[in-house]
Amino acid sequence: MIRFEDVSVTYEGAAGPTVRGVDFEVPEGELVLLAGPSGVGKSTVLGAVSGLVPHFTGGTLRGRVTVAGRDTRTHKPRELADVVGTVGQDPLAHFVTDTVEDELAYGMESLGLAPDVMRRRVEETLDLLGLAALRDRPIATLSGGQRQRVAIGSVLTPHPRVLVLDEPTSALDPAAAEEVLAVLQRLVHDLGTTVLMAEHRLERVIQYADQVALLPSPGAPLVLGTPSEVMAVSPVYPPVVDLGRLAGWTPLPLTVRDARRRAGILRERLGRATAPGAVEVPTTPGAVEVPTTPGAEGVPMAPGAEGVRTGGTVPEPPLPTASRKPSRRLRFLRKPSPPAMDGPVPAHPAVAHALTVRRGRVEALRRVGLTVAPGETIALMGRNGAGKSTLLGALAGLVEPSAGTVRVGGAVPHRTPPRDLVRRVGLVPQEPRDLLYADTVAAECAAADRDAGAAPGACRTLVTGLLPGIGDDTHPRDLSEGQRLSLALAVILTARPPLLLLDEPTRGLDYAAKARLVGVLRSLAAEGHSIVLATHDVELAAELAHRVVLLADGEVIADGPAADVVVTSPSFAPQVAKILAPQKWLTVTQVRKALA
Amino acid sequence: MRTRTTGTRTLHPGAWWVWALGLGTAASRTTNPLLLTLLVAVAGYVVATHRTDAPWSRSYAAFVRLALAVLLLRLAFAVVLGSPVPGSHTIVTLPELPLPHWAQGVRVGGRVTAEGLVFALYDGLKLAALLVCVGAANALANPARLLKSLPAALYEVGVAVVVAMTFAPHLVADVGRLRAARRLRGRPDRGLRGLAQVVLPVLEGALERSVALAAAMDARGYGRSAEVAPAVRRTTAALTLGGLLGVCAGTYGVLTAEGGGYGLPVLFAGLTVALAGLWLGGRRSPRTRYRPDAWGPRAWLVSASGVAVAALLVVAAAYEPSALHPGVVPLAAPTLPLWPMAAILLGLLPAFTVPAPLKGALTAPPTSEEPA
Repeated sequence: MIRFEDVSVTYEGAAGPTVRGVDFEVPEGELVLLAGPSGVGKSTVLGAVSGLVPHFTGGTLRGRVTVAGRDTRTHKPRELADVVGTVGQDPLAHFVTDTVEDELAYGMESLGLAPDVMRRRVEETLDLLGLAALRDRPIATLSGGQRQRVAIGSVLTPHPRVLVLDEPTSALDPAAAEEVLAVLQRLVHDLGTTVLMAEHRLERVIQYADQVALLPSPGAPLVLGTPSEVMAVSPVYPPVVDLGRLAGWTPLPLTVRDARRRAGILRERLGRATAPGAVEVPTTPGAVEVPTTPGAEGVPMAPGAEGVRTGGTVPEPPLPTASRKPSRRLRFLRKPSPPAMDGPVPAHPAVAHALTVRRGRVEALRRVGLTVAPGETIALMGRNGAGKSTLLGALAGLVEPSAGTVRVGGAVPHRTPPRDLVRRVGLVPQEPRDLLYADTVAAECAAADRDAGAAPGACRTLVTGLLPGIGDDTHPRDLSEGQRLSLALAVILTARPPLLLLDEPTRGLDYAAKARLVGVLRSLAAEGHSIVLATHDVELAAELAHRVVLLADGEVIADGPAADVVVTSPSFAPQVAKILAPQKWLTVTQVRKALA
Repeated sequence: MRTRTTGTRTLHPGAWWVWALGLGTAASRTTNPLLLTLLVAVAGYVVATHRTDAPWSRSYAAFVRLALAVLLLRLAFAVVLGSPVPGSHTIVTLPELPLPHWAQGVRVGGRVTAEGLVFALYDGLKLAALLVCVGAANALANPARLLKSLPAALYEVGVAVVVAMTFAPHLVADVGRLRAARRLRGRPDRGLRGLAQVVLPVLEGALERSVALAAAMDARGYGRSAEVAPAVRRTTAALTLGGLLGVCAGTYGVLTAEGGGYGLPVLFAGLTVALAGLWLGGRRSPRTRYRPDAWGPRAWLVSASGVAVAALLVVAAAYEPSALHPGVVPLAAPTLPLWPMAAILLGLLPAFTVPAPLKGALTAPPTSEEPA
């Protein structure tokens, strides 16, 4: 269906080809996953299928790409529109009209289909994607998962034989991602659509793939094979594969179910080994029974939210940590003042009490209580639109509360002048690029030093630490997603805020960049920085968080140690937890240490 | 079985515009505050019962606010700059600003008369009513669907306008986000400088988004064209150009004094030829329309009610000018003339003939109009 014959693409002004010698074929009706680290040219390969590369992007394409027998050299993207449906990374950039139904019809109108055919296909597609209830909704009012489904639906209506998707689930919460993937699977199974998609979060998609096309490194030849063959050699792999490699399972399991069925022996070995509590989380406030004394050191809850926390009602599980708990609790009560901070440190970097934020008619947050202890890492999780970003915004002084109080380092954030506030709290927004204005890394650093009133060179030292080997003259726009995040992080850290907030830090990051980020954040936490991250990435939360706060509809519905909250939730549990439940292992790193 | 569907889906957006413009024309024919208030009330009632929850419907509040601002501004001007209306009832005398002789005829401060204020109030009310009528049309008719009713040859223009309309909210959101980001860097987020430094990244973002949209549209078949015979193409060009020339000449004839005889016929001939060109040009595009809005009996009723209000008030203005323009000098209390009032109440017809959209429940009802 899709055929690449010795394709290389060179963009204008680039030193060498972005992809070289790509040669593979996607048979009809298969779902092929394009995997690989950032910057290996995945988007270029996808663009070549729809003809956007090189017709739209410029550059030179050598070799030949044919889709359903049509050569993309002689067919422009618009002439391929009836065989290829393309959905880019940002569904919002894809919409031409303003309501769901019109959007579904748009592609068919361009192709000139008969009105009764259009009508029938719109109705079919509404049913197929579960959008019937949304047909008259303006697109601006949809959630992320709904938008992604509308974007897929809008390219499905012309009945393309090939669907090309670039990171379809990256911006989605776990439940919405499942929704989208279920739709894709249905298309492949019921309609025989050929799907080629790129995705960083392999743990979400690998089980649906018939084949995996791997671009292992820039310029390296493409490897095509069954998922378990390719995963055995791939530099990027999901935790389930990591665990499988660690345990020496062959063939490698790709789904939680496969892994669970083989995990009996591993579970036994781990049961005897030292337990997961002994690793990672050094300052977990009293492993299980956190809700002891709200107010003093724990997590005071909004009165309305009391009684719904999951941590409180869970009976003490047979955790080997139990023996260590008292000392842990004492250490926590004493609250060791972190060494890296100068000046008197307020008891808590951040306290929110009965915080309510209204946006128009909607209550974005409803009586939320949150206390952040020094050196603590908290993961805020929940659906798209649950109020995570609003909570971070309230802590960073961007959002004014309509009721309740917020204190950050003792100050009211939205009334504190920005110059003072940056020394108390730093927020890296969802789009780190928003923070960067200058033309070069050096200029950016100089500006950051001035903004924060730090000694000249402070920011550059941080950048060198986070991003070794980045030249002074590099333009921030030329950095990769992960590098840009690190630069923004360095800019924020220049003011040395005791509280660091991150909004969706792993969007668009590959596993390597994510691992580097985890390392950086861990060492920051060890230096005494408190970190609050809003994330959909359950694996990241498992790696980093001491505490997980679940939000739903603007309310806190669970607040407790990561292991407790996450293991009991079907959508927020990391793969390792699902495989090894009821034991409370969260990450492969924990398992690896325990087995060593 | 008949089903209730949302107003915007069943009623042609053009009908709402004709209705609203009819009310607007009526408003421009009178300065009677009672009639004007009645007009605003009629428009407001229909909007209240028939608007949806869509973003464009929320613009009504903005139009009402704008109308209020215009009214207040008109009054403020009358107070500060005086009024052309002579008056004898002085309310207050402001200190007058002495102006040099070349500024003769301009006055700042001085006497504020009741007549002047009332005149300004009537005048401002008329403008405000006009604005409210336009706002009503905006709230009731989806602008994008109105553009979809354009002839096929103008399709590209329509798309450009729709894209621009969806871009404006994105730009506003971008500015907000980037100003917030400035705050995160510890820089003041208010003031002109703060805004100026945000402009460049905002434009950059807008440019990137438009490139992404262009790529998506291209990949979705935008701009596919059908094979058209060269003869047809040439005829199209000739018709369009000739028609436009005719329109220009006709307009010139209508506007100049000596061209009274040939002006109108040439204008109409030009229009007809240009429209024929547009229709022929539409054949180049293979596009089809999905569920085009039909101009049904309801659309006729709604637009007719608007036209009737306008026509009746024009007639009333000719026969009964005193009732529609209550006296300012000397001051007289406005009365509510019966027939014009009844005429304006005709504008309420859509409120009873068009089914209201289902409020709150954004889900559409099950459709029983499936194609066979």
